[in-house]
Amino acid sequence: MPDQSTPPTRGTVRTLARILPFVRPYLGRTVTSLFVYVALTMVSLSVPVVLQWIIDGPLTTGDARQVWPAAGIVLGLGIAEGLLIMVRRFLVLTPSTHIEANMRNALYAKLQDLPVAFHDRWQSGQLLSRSMSDLSTIRRWLAFGVILLVGNVVVIVVGFGILFTWSWQLALVFIIASIPMWVVGFRFEHRYSLVSRRAQDQQGDLATTVEESVHGIRVLKAFGRGKHSLENFLRQAEELRGTELEKARSIAGLWLWLLLIPDVAFALSLLGGVVLAASGQLTVGGLIAFFAAAAVLRWPIESIGWLLSMTFETRTAVERVFEVLDEPNPIRDPEHPSTVAEPRGRLVFENVHFRYQDSPPSVPDLLDDVVLEVEPGETMALVGLTGSGKTTLTALATRLYDVTGGRVLLDGVDIRELTRDELRARIAMAFEEATLFSASVRENVLLGRPELDLDSPEADAVLAEALEIAQADFVERLPLSADTTIGEEGLSLSGGQRQRIALARAIAARPSVLVLDDPLSALDVDTEARVEAGLRRVLASTTALVVAHRPSTVMLADRVALLENGRITDVGRHSELLARNEHYRYVISSLDEDRETEHEEQEVIA
Amino acid sequence: MTLAGVEGEDRQDYTREESRAIRARSSRLLGSLLRPLRGRVVVAMLIVATSTALQTAGPALIAFGIDAGLPAILNHQDAMPLAVVVLLYLGAAIVGAVLMWHYTMLSARISQAFLFDLRGRIYRHAQLLSLEFHESYTSGRIIARQTNDLDSIRELLDSGIQGLIRGALYMVFIAATLLFLDPISALVIACSVPVLLVLTRWFQVTSQRAFRATRVHSARLIVKFVETMTGIRAVKAFRAEQRNAGEFGATNESYRDANAKAIGVFGIFDPSLVVIGNIVVAVVLLVGGLRVADGGLAVGVLLAALMYTRRFFDPMEEMAQFYNSYQSASAALEKISGVLEESPSVPDPVRPVDLWTAKGALDFDDVRFAYHEDRVILPDFELHIPAGQTVALVGSTGAGKSTLAKLVARFYDPTDGVVRLDGVDLRDVHPKDLRRAIVMVTQEAYLFSGTVADNIALGKPGATLDEIRAAAHAVGADTFIEALPQGYDTDVNKRGGRVSAGQRQLLSFARAFLADPAVLILDEATASLDIPSERLVQEGLTTLLADRTAIVIAHRLSTVAIADRVLVMEHGRIVEDGTPAELIGGDGRFATLHKAWRDSLV
Repeated sequence: MPDQSTPPTRGTVRTLARILPFVRPYLGRTVTSLFVYVALTMVSLSVPVVLQWIIDGPLTTGDARQVWPAAGIVLGLGIAEGLLIMVRRFLVLTPSTHIEANMRNALYAKLQDLPVAFHDRWQSGQLLSRSMSDLSTIRRWLAFGVILLVGNVVVIVVGFGILFTWSWQLALVFIIASIPMWVVGFRFEHRYSLVSRRAQDQQGDLATTVEESVHGIRVLKAFGRGKHSLENFLRQAEELRGTELEKARSIAGLWLWLLLIPDVAFALSLLGGVVLAASGQLTVGGLIAFFAAAAVLRWPIESIGWLLSMTFETRTAVERVFEVLDEPNPIRDPEHPSTVAEPRGRLVFENVHFRYQDSPPSVPDLLDDVVLEVEPGETMALVGLTGSGKTTLTALATRLYDVTGGRVLLDGVDIRELTRDELRARIAMAFEEATLFSASVRENVLLGRPELDLDSPEADAVLAEALEIAQADFVERLPLSADTTIGEEGLSLSGGQRQRIALARAIAARPSVLVLDDPLSALDVDTEARVEAGLRRVLASTTALVVAHRPSTVMLADRVALLENGRITDVGRHSELLARNEHYRYVISSLDEDRETEHEEQEVIA
Repeated sequence: MTLAGVEGEDRQDYTREESRAIRARSSRLLGSLLRPLRGRVVVAMLIVATSTALQTAGPALIAFGIDAGLPAILNHQDAMPLAVVVLLYLGAAIVGAVLMWHYTMLSARISQAFLFDLRGRIYRHAQLLSLEFHESYTSGRIIARQTNDLDSIRELLDSGIQGLIRGALYMVFIAATLLFLDPISALVIACSVPVLLVLTRWFQVTSQRAFRATRVHSARLIVKFVETMTGIRAVKAFRAEQRNAGEFGATNESYRDANAKAIGVFGIFDPSLVVIGNIVVAVVLLVGGLRVADGGLAVGVLLAALMYTRRFFDPMEEMAQFYNSYQSASAALEKISGVLEESPSVPDPVRPVDLWTAKGALDFDDVRFAYHEDRVILPDFELHIPAGQTVALVGSTGAGKSTLAKLVARFYDPTDGVVRLDGVDLRDVHPKDLRRAIVMVTQEAYLFSGTVADNIALGKPGATLDEIRAAAHAVGADTFIEALPQGYDTDVNKRGGRVSAGQRQLLSFARAFLADPAVLILDEATASLDIPSERLVQEGLTTLLADRTAIVIAHRLSTVAIADRVLVMEHGRIVEDGTPAELIGGDGRFATLHKAWRDSLV
């Protein structure tokens, strides 16, 4: 699991600056909108200036005619303000939504690029909350958070400047009364960012629980554990509620001061202002304009609080997003990739070691010096007990994981010197757990053939052949046959049907090497026999590494490799191993005994 | 045409009646969520009303200070009126702010209680809904309802509601104060109200449509995202990254554009509000200024009127900002209410029959089952399984074996006819008793995040470690578990990342063993075990199945050996029925299958 409790180490500004590369293409419009925002607040600040003039001028002299043009100016300024707001909003519309979408694409691309080991550690709920909620937090901040924050600071500074020109004493009172607000905002930062990060993490965990409850619904129903899982869920939801309330407490504290301080400042200014006016140091127009300007400034001052909290929340979101984007990818393409000049399909495991990075030192390597050579065209069965490392070994061949020692060679080239694209084009896999995607059968099967035009006759031929070999004739009976959408958003298929499509997918890729990880486990005997017959044709000319649990699968292979405690302990033909290796007999032929007993039963009945 | 449940969720072209029905069901849900919080809501309203009233007093006090306090000092050297005004102002500010603190906390408690309730309801309901629903609605969407949609509602409750309530109160109090202070200015403001209403109505209609579209696209985005992350091995193995990136990018783009459209609507609404507000300010200034010029109005009151007018429109902006989150939250609530409206097709009994100790006799009486009218799986099924019998089901894919198993486990109810346990219709058995009596182990051995021990203990919550060990030992899972880095405390990680398919299955067997049901259904449960493991499991099974009813579906005929009785199924009917020996000895389908299997072993 990712570390969730580390307090932020970078400053807020430095963290937020990390999104600059995404902002850069839109920097012009973003900065322009900032200027527009400053301009429009200047417009609203000029209203009190007009007010001062009108009160000390026409109103004092009783010249009613002069009121008209003054009101006209206020009206003009007001309309200008509205227009500027519209300009600002439309200026920032494209940048904010585009930056969000681009960051989401970048995150998705990074996640697809990161190795399987990363995905083993991270729950997809956590990744999802980064991709959706965190990115929209960033978008909102870019759209108005940052602009309002910077713009309002400018307005407050300019506003205070104007206040000074009317009465330095009053302005001083107002500024001094406002200082506690900055202190409160500053103290608020630390507390709030910690608790808000905890809330976001807990939300991610809750999302994971939700996801598991949906994916594991069959198990929960089968054991009637709905209530149990609900209790677990509610406990987590309760924890989140506690954190959210803590968050609310710190927001409430901020609000208390944000409301109190401006009003206290107004009250003191009223006291000072009236005293100044009484002693003739300030005109009544100046006093009134002061309050009008202070009223304009009130919202910018108040807004600093929530804009700060929004900024800190965004900081947390940026951190969480970059936690993924910064993740180093140890399984990369080489800088100067080699290529397999003459693909023949010779797959060699040379003193291969593998261990999970986080396994304790006391645990021996999962694969401990595996030596195995699969010759071109040869079918090698991989046999071993559950947990002996068969699936791991197959995963190494396409660099789903990288070896921690030794090398894997394809046609004499270390697979780490090939691009992953070339490697995975040359080696196709079918997993026991058949993963299909929400797309048509056609798209699923031809997934490994991106160069084919999906609707071309050639694609049709490849599709038909692959489906035929995999005995996936049920496809014809689907509502739209091969164009039927399957997977998460489409028709649900049985386990055996999914396995056959996944097998067809591996076959359609026409690789030099086929790696099959027990791909027939969910098939019934009849179908299995037919699939095997089809497979024999493919395997005659293709190098293959087949994880086998059954004698029938072993029969497909030319040779068998026996994996025992992370080592290949014997390689040879099935009959040879049967004759000379006791462990092999234990692993593969224990059913003989069952057959004996059945024979006896039969004889008894006969 | 009315829509029920989640039907038509992706559509955007609702008819008037359909929209009305959806809104009605969504308000019903809202009402039922708010009902238990009534008391606290009333208290919160009183607090916020008082607090807002005190905060509204400011400009009036300033006006009084200028119009009465200043002349008092100038003419009578009397500072008392000014002192009183300033003290009143300070008092109102302090009490108002403290009350606001209480309101913020109380409303957070209310929101969180509301969310907690809603989260629990969806989760509980999703668990209650039948597999049939889950299979057609898909996991991505039910997840989106519980994550993304709840987020929108949380966002509204977090900040939106506060803004709306405070804003509305502000407007009311300002109107009232102005009416008292300077009715003519109040009249000017009142003139703007119809325009505001028209504008708001336009915004409501336009943005609702826009926000619904964003929900649809974001749900699609989530489905694609989750699918990629959970299937990452296949994505990599088949180089689907680029293609995925293309599809994801396209959906992302639609989502982006829908978002931009929604925000764009707002970009017209907000400035229009500002323009209206500013026009009103100018008119108040004109009308007020003229009256001040001819002495009909005190200058302080003009200031107060201007400040109030400005403040009157301030919350409008804020409210409009939060209208944003209101829109997405209400769209989210509409969808959630759709899920909650779905009634479980396998409902809990109204008057449950207690079946504390089930013996395990099963009966199918005239059972007919069809997923759809044109897909009849079991046309007319009769079967009696006495308690304690182990029955093996054999037949090709699609023969109806798994359907039969699902009917026994009551994942589905028969279309016609009755399935009985110990003579009691399964639909009448108390769900608790049913789940204790009947356990099904499927091929997909799903592991939840947590330790190995946690996963086994799922079979019997509160099981001791000794019981867990015993169960693991009984099914032969103990060897590999003990070899794991932390043994029973090993975290199985995401989706059982490091536990192989075979090991997962052993764990789910241990789970079933621990549950100790009267009826055990094994649906392809041994499919991915290697031979030694399967043999171990079978040794365990022989003792496990000895005193209970069992239905074993297996493609491997080796499993059949431990059965008392074999049923060969074809097209939803039983074509052969007998002991394994009888059937092997005969010349039926089973004998042929058995021969083929024996040949495969050579």
